[in-house]
Amino acid sequence: MMDVSLPPRLGGIADKLNGPNTLGNSPAFWAAFAVGMALMVAYPLVQGSYAAGQTSLFLVYGLLALSLSLIWGYTGILSFGQVAFFGIAGYTYAIVSLNLGGVFGQTVALPIAVAVATLSAFVLGYFMFYGGVRDVYVAILTLVVTLVLETFMAQTAGSEWSVGSVQLGGFNGIPGIRNFALGVEGASISLSGSGFYWFVLGLLLLTYFGARVLVNGKYGYALVAIREDEERTAMLGYNVKKVKLAVFTLSGALAGLSGVLYATWGNYMDPSVFTITFATIPIVWVTLGGRESLLGAIVGTIIIERLRLWFSVNASEFAIVFVGVILMISVLVLPRGILPGIRDVYVFFDKHGVREGIDRGRETVQTRVRTLLGSAGVDVSETDTPTGSEEVVE
Amino acid sequence: MTSGLGATGTPTPLVIGDVLGALDSIGVPVPQLLQMADSIAFIILAAIGLTIIFGMMGVINLAHGEFIMMGAYITTLSVNVVGLPLPAAMVLGALGTAAFGAIIERTIVRQLYGRLLDSMIVTFGLGLILTQGTRIIFGNSLQSIGTPFGNVPGYTYSGYRVLLLFAAIAVLIGAYLVFTRTEFGIRARATIQDPETARAMGVDTDRMYTVTFAIGSGLAGLTGALYAPSATIVPSMGQAFLVESFVTVVTGGSTVLLGTTLAGGVLGTIDAIFSNLYGNFIGQIALLVTAIIVIRLLPDGLTGLANTIRDKLGERQ
Repeated sequence: MMDVSLPPRLGGIADKLNGPNTLGNSPAFWAAFAVGMALMVAYPLVQGSYAAGQTSLFLVYGLLALSLSLIWGYTGILSFGQVAFFGIAGYTYAIVSLNLGGVFGQTVALPIAVAVATLSAFVLGYFMFYGGVRDVYVAILTLVVTLVLETFMAQTAGSEWSVGSVQLGGFNGIPGIRNFALGVEGASISLSGSGFYWFVLGLLLLTYFGARVLVNGKYGYALVAIREDEERTAMLGYNVKKVKLAVFTLSGALAGLSGVLYATWGNYMDPSVFTITFATIPIVWVTLGGRESLLGAIVGTIIIERLRLWFSVNASEFAIVFVGVILMISVLVLPRGILPGIRDVYVFFDKHGVREGIDRGRETVQTRVRTLLGSAGVDVSETDTPTGSEEVVE
Repeated sequence: MTSGLGATGTPTPLVIGDVLGALDSIGVPVPQLLQMADSIAFIILAAIGLTIIFGMMGVINLAHGEFIMMGAYITTLSVNVVGLPLPAAMVLGALGTAAFGAIIERTIVRQLYGRLLDSMIVTFGLGLILTQGTRIIFGNSLQSIGTPFGNVPGYTYSGYRVLLLFAAIAVLIGAYLVFTRTEFGIRARATIQDPETARAMGVDTDRMYTVTFAIGSGLAGLTGALYAPSATIVPSMGQAFLVESFVTVVTGGSTVLLGTTLAGGVLGTIDAIFSNLYGNFIGQIALLVTAIIVIRLLPDGLTGLANTIRDKLGERQ
């Protein structure tokens, strides 16, 4: 729980943020979090507006990662379709804002785009969850929907494919989307560079806190219960289908918001957001960072996107290979992700002390490597296996 | 099949042409039938490897499309570079992919039994590596090896693609025989149904999983090999099979061969009709909508429906 000296109302909010379903509830965590936030806020002041503008894309993606963490990490529903809602919202925003024109058009387009993405998620979710579609079938159907959307958007090159004055443009997509702006003519704010960065950072922070409150509340317990055992949750009287539909719709809305910001960030939308490659990327972020950790999803996003940026500059053809390798390694070696891994290590050393901890850690690693090699058919049994090497205890 | 070569200058199995001509003369809409046969063959072949691995092992291999691509690449390279005759190259394509599948099962998939979604993700990562790795090594495309046999006489329709329907049927029958009539098939199905009892009865379940995964991979490779002569050989070619294969798995339900056959028939017909009338994209949409409707109405897929009907008939007797 947070500092006791907080005023009662603030303390109440802090209580809601903390709980067993999120990593990091200790004052030490919140102190580190505050330092991290301060660095993030100061980033544009140090690196300048252009760099901040570039980096804000990572934060936009962070929203997409949060949406996947909610639906997959907490509810156990693997959705390849988050990028579909992301793309649907981006395209809707482009079409509406360019048709209406002006700042007012952009202001109106934002809620419309998010609403369309939300509605798409609701309809797809309704058919899936109330149709009894479960487990891998959800993953397959969401992937198929995304791929079909790609096929559709890619063949809209002709002039007959236009909505109002906006042509969908096939592979070339829709150019000329303007920077993010809110307000009416004469009284508006337009955001780019540092301004856009701070805006997205604030939005991400709010969403993160909101998601923390959600997963640590009663609803969050229901989500985790569904992930752990769907039948039992239903037996306890929860309306599993309804809860799944609700969280799927909510995560669709979040992905949609991310898509709108993406469209205004890059000033264009094209069908590449529906490709199988882009559909994988959120999975990679969340897997690497720790799917059952909201903060992990964001941290994973920033790490992967930084590295992808490096690859796209230095060795662009290896970028996808790298993504695939990271995905395989993190599932096989670090299935719970980086952040939970760090937490485990912290708890481990806290319990055993440093010296003993190192010894035990070495044993654990040795045993794991031996198991891994053994299952691959490599015989390493000549060294005597230390028995009873302890697994990491939470 | 080679008996028809040369004599009339149309290097196509004449038997097929004759049969089709006879059908046409009694008023059967042959072009539409050919289109339908093509779609059904495509869907069955696209899905068979995926459904065997999923139905027998419960693992969704998201690198399925890339296994198909691998079969096509091995076949094409064997013909273009090594100079093997096409049938030998196709066999090599299937076997090579099967061997690769066995290695992947031993090293990677094995770690993830019981972690269904994780195995999906890992194979997805594998797919990305294979696609991009192929692009890095072999470039953006390979020179394709022309389609054998030319057109069906009297129709603007490739005779080779007619043969693919027979290949699809042969694959289904072959898989059926392997899994129901051989010692291996019985052991494999025992492993799927109850691994612990199977182990207690002396079945090497680890080996069963490896072999089953290799068979599924090999069939994906065979599909790639069979489509190599008529497809554009690019690293991302596997993705052309993805939508169809996944929709088939979803629609077919849990019983592998029955599900694939039923789903292939239903979806192939629907695809043929819609693709023919409105183009490829509408065809895919129609498949997707069909899959969603089927799942909405029949949670166990077409197999569930077939089993229900069989049970009802059984009660009546």
